[in-house]
Amino acid sequence: MSVTDKNTGVDLKRRKILTGATGVVGAAGATFLAVPFVSSWQPSEKAKAAGAPVDIDLQALQPGQMLTVSWRGKPVWVVRRTPEMLANLASLDGKLRDPASQESIQPGYCQNATRAVNPEYLVVVGICTHLGCAPLYRPAIGSPDVGADWQGGFFCPCHGSRFDLAGRVFQSVPAPTNLEIPPHRFINDHLVRIGEDPQQEGVA
Amino acid sequence: MSYQDQPQTKRASLLSWLDRRYPIVSTWNEHVGEYYAPKNFNFWYFFGSLALLVLVNQFITGIWLTMSYKPSAAEAFNSIEYIMRDVEWGWLIRYMHSTGASAFFIVIYLHMMRGLLYGSYKEPRELVWILGMFLFLVLMAEAFMGYLLPWGQMSYWGAQVIISLFGAIPVIGPDLALWVRGDFVISDATLNRFFALHVIALPLVLIILVFMHIVALHKVGSNNPDGVEIKKYKNEAGLPIDGIPFHPYYSVKDSFGAVFFMIPFALIVFYWPEGGGFFLEPPNFEPANPLKTPEHIAPVWYFTPYYAILRAVPDKFLGVVAMGAAIAVLFAMPWLDRCKVKSIRYRGTSFKLLLTMFVVSFVVLGYLGTQPATPELTKLAQIFTVLYFAFFLVLPFTSVHEQTKPVPERVH
Repeated sequence: MSVTDKNTGVDLKRRKILTGATGVVGAAGATFLAVPFVSSWQPSEKAKAAGAPVDIDLQALQPGQMLTVSWRGKPVWVVRRTPEMLANLASLDGKLRDPASQESIQPGYCQNATRAVNPEYLVVVGICTHLGCAPLYRPAIGSPDVGADWQGGFFCPCHGSRFDLAGRVFQSVPAPTNLEIPPHRFINDHLVRIGEDPQQEGVA
Repeated sequence: MSYQDQPQTKRASLLSWLDRRYPIVSTWNEHVGEYYAPKNFNFWYFFGSLALLVLVNQFITGIWLTMSYKPSAAEAFNSIEYIMRDVEWGWLIRYMHSTGASAFFIVIYLHMMRGLLYGSYKEPRELVWILGMFLFLVLMAEAFMGYLLPWGQMSYWGAQVIISLFGAIPVIGPDLALWVRGDFVISDATLNRFFALHVIALPLVLIILVFMHIVALHKVGSNNPDGVEIKKYKNEAGLPIDGIPFHPYYSVKDSFGAVFFMIPFALIVFYWPEGGGFFLEPPNFEPANPLKTPEHIAPVWYFTPYYAILRAVPDKFLGVVAMGAAIAVLFAMPWLDRCKVKSIRYRGTSFKLLLTMFVVSFVVLGYLGTQPATPELTKLAQIFTVLYFAFFLVLPFTSVHEQTKPVPERVH
């Protein structure tokens, strides 16, 4: 049965079987061993727990104003939009890359014309969908650093991406999609909870 | 004749005792004492040994910095201020490290330029070039991760932008970026792992690659400004006629170069350590604020050519691809350049023009990468991005038909 080298008397078949078995078992072991090392880079339980919902009191927020809170370490903006701002949104559709938010990230209940549960309040993650900078709030029409034909919205200073007051991205800027809308629900008229969907009512 | 047969002095007997247990003499001779290098090295040949000198500077100052630095989001910024203000000579050690990073890239870019000028990447030195390119890649990763550690505004947002580049990869991108960060945003977890990679993992890889780079070089022998092989003409002893032993000829020359280099380096460290905002950027003197991006984000100067290419492409994913390709295409240089003549001294006009175009594009892109992306400058960046890549696309065709000058048989 065994294949023996005539000159040295070495059993080559035995060596081959041992090498093969060590290789296969060793490779399986190395694969399993890689799991803890690779997984160790995933967000920790502590980091995931920091994703707990955040409540924001909106009583002091005047029409046209924006406030920033931190949720999961990210800036989340709440903009109280005036009726004029809301009326303006529809007229921008032709200049936008994704006016109906089909390619963008938002909860289903915010995939509408104003990208909001309550049209008056825009709740949006303040991170540019291009490379993650925090865009600037430029609500005034014709803001000097953005341009005369500016209708109000957000402007990213890093690479020049522009978004309207529903966080929708304009055409021919580097950002590919609209600003992300986080899950959120209104507990009452002036208290919004970031990080929870409306259907979860009763679950704190 | 073995060592035991000779009458020996005490020093010689110690050496022979060691050499019987560890190959000191043969290693020294192979790589230093009897490593024959061409006799016509010019100033471009300083930058290899200078890179090693700067590497040692980074290692020593880096080790000292870890003694006072705290790798946590809560303490990092203040611990740098502590080093700068309260630690004895901490300001000097820190500036030697931060300015050393820029010096490293100046030296490496000139070292790579030397390779392009004299065809040092060509057969039989392809692996020397490729190992060098891996060194360049790891050095960029090392510099990028080091820049996060001070936890200033530019550290934070620079890392945010660069890690987001991973997010541009289709399908796996967002999960990959999350995995690299270890959190939903750049956070304490990111800082801590970058610290581990910056002070342990990547320096280890650098050391191994430097070792392999030199082993590969000493196997094939050094190129020279004439681009001729000195191994072709040997004397009776089998030594190259146009070669001189590395020690003492080039050890003395490189030591002179090292001291010459250290004078301007010291002047910059003492009087201009921030390099006018290019070595250490002004927003980095402000602690990281995850809720506010600085008005103008630019990477440190040595990344700006690639950053300009990234911004020039008006598509997120393709921009990342173009930036990666700008570096990756350099790996292929030994095969893109099909001209048999190595040195620019004997090459045709087409190569001289192409190389000039490439260097000008690199410098202009480097400048544009430091500037805000206005529509006019973006247009300019697009033009020079095309010229940058044109070098690599045109070269394979022109280099075959190049009108070269006769190459001398021996160096002169």
